[in-house]
Amino acid sequence: MSATEVAKPTAVLPVLQDYAAIVGEPEILELRELARRLAGRRVKMVNSTAVGGGVAEILNRLVPLMEEVQVPTRWEVITGGEKFFHVTKAFHNALHGAPYDGSADWFDAFLATNEENRRRMHFEEDFVVIHDPQPVALIAGRDPARHESQRWVWRCHIDLSNPNAQVWDFLKPWVERYDASLFSSPQFTRGLGIPQYLFYPTIDPLADKNRELDADFVRGVLEQFQIDPERPILTQISRFDRLKDPVGVIRAYRLVKKYQDCQLVLAGGSATDDPEGAAVLREVEEAAAGDPDIHILNLPPWSHTEINALQRGSTIVIQKSLKEGFGLTVSEALWKKKPVVASAVGGIPSQVIHKLTGMLVHSPEGTAYQIRFLLSNPAFAKSLGENGYQHVKEHFLVTQNLRRYLVLFLVLLQGG
Amino acid sequence: MTVSLEAKRADQPFQFVAASYLIRIGAEPVQTLGALAKSLRSCSEASIFFHTFQSLETHHYTSFSSDFAQWALTACNEAALAEQLAIVDLREIVSIADLRGMLVGTVQDYLKEHSQAADRRAFEAFYFCEAREVTVPSGPPAWTLAELADGIHLLGHQSLHYHFINSRLRLHLKTNDFSYWIEHNLNYPWLAARLNRLDFYNDTLDDLRQDILAVLEPQEKR
Repeated sequence: MSATEVAKPTAVLPVLQDYAAIVGEPEILELRELARRLAGRRVKMVNSTAVGGGVAEILNRLVPLMEEVQVPTRWEVITGGEKFFHVTKAFHNALHGAPYDGSADWFDAFLATNEENRRRMHFEEDFVVIHDPQPVALIAGRDPARHESQRWVWRCHIDLSNPNAQVWDFLKPWVERYDASLFSSPQFTRGLGIPQYLFYPTIDPLADKNRELDADFVRGVLEQFQIDPERPILTQISRFDRLKDPVGVIRAYRLVKKYQDCQLVLAGGSATDDPEGAAVLREVEEAAAGDPDIHILNLPPWSHTEINALQRGSTIVIQKSLKEGFGLTVSEALWKKKPVVASAVGGIPSQVIHKLTGMLVHSPEGTAYQIRFLLSNPAFAKSLGENGYQHVKEHFLVTQNLRRYLVLFLVLLQGG
Repeated sequence: MTVSLEAKRADQPFQFVAASYLIRIGAEPVQTLGALAKSLRSCSEASIFFHTFQSLETHHYTSFSSDFAQWALTACNEAALAEQLAIVDLREIVSIADLRGMLVGTVQDYLKEHSQAADRRAFEAFYFCEAREVTVPSGPPAWTLAELADGIHLLGHQSLHYHFINSRLRLHLKTNDFSYWIEHNLNYPWLAARLNRLDFYNDTLDDLRQDILAVLEPQEKR
């Protein structure tokens, strides 16, 4: 194993057949049928973090399932120093439309780290899938001799609808060297000169974060964090990131609290590739100071069962992001049949169809308004949760992600 | 004489396929109904197909199954146009060219009556997409109605959609794969017609599967 390869999980993971109880036996049979057409083909996935954040979570489940259906898949994570991740965080924010004030040498630093990783890695597989901008320049490692037989795909998990021009102009030529690109929503695309395919991110219904939990366990977790199970609980699960607007959530909560009793839970952590997390956490703690009904939980990355319990124990789940790639926490909440109030940004409108599978909002005041409405109309809130569950089952489960990748590889083999 | 329909053996078997779709996001998005009318004339046939037939696979909650209708309603706030686009009966359509013509005509006629709507910017853009279809043979072939029903039990959603809904255009007929096979290989036109009358607009695919199986249940013809 190279220094950057992600170790295969040692814990007992669900196997494909376990999902038949959720998606039906026919879907499983067809997945195996598709995979048989890829016999002998190999895949490499590359991203920038093995823990924390939605991409690592998706790969943690997708890769073992690919292996199980006999499509050998190797997942590797690039390494880089503090400066590299500082630069890529600035890129991330800039691609979401934030101002960019990087110095002239930042692009050089970005490329230098990519080059270091390229030299360490070997790209011998039939399909190479590079996730997000951090490792995008690894395409320089493409073997010219295998230009026809090896396919490179760029998977973009973030919203590129309004990128900073300086950063995007730097990245775009690298992206257009790939054979295809994958986006979480049509709105995220940039009119690239290569095919752009729609790939919804997905959740794993059998993972600790989403599996069914005993009601007593849920109550126990709430009490462990001094949250009162008998009073309404509003929850936002997300890492401490300004783009998730945790301070805006506190504003919304305070507007609700003027009229209705409730508690607020802000639970999350920091990904290893996000150096701003600690600063944002301090801002949130300052904004919440003095209110015993605001629970700020900075959880370690392995707290999946606790997060599951917090979502299941919530009355309403909030996702008030200012910008969002897809916002998988929305699908997680919908899967638990929770009414969701979420910003109409990024991929969230794909998950929350306004008034049908949740409520879309545009401001802290709008968030507060819809929360008050749902707290006053629990039957309607329940129907949103039921619809949301069906919507996730149809589109956003890991089995669909596996199917999309298998179909993508077959299409690429056909020259698509 | 009593004849068991389910046991009669066909001349040629029915071959099930596992169908899958990869959605390709197309050209520049459109922001107005005027632009939609223009793009409807020039977009790919696969795109017309995707936003009308393919969308029947997924929409369970929205008011209309046609993406064009849903966009006219939610992004353009043109409920009357949305209704006109939604009521195009796909069971009467035998070619994409016909469908394109109906859609273009519907939007153009509406904009003649409501010219102010042509250039009004929608709340959100419409992105033309198209599906890349991948099919592989799946399961044992069916020689009898009973075997056909067994196979339908084992079809995934996308494959059921392929055989019952998408097939209408593939066959260039007002029918589906199952009805076509029943009529031409078992010689039961009345049963084929009965199956073909099922309303695939308002069912979920699971409901549709149950409706199909209910028609194919063991029967006797005297």
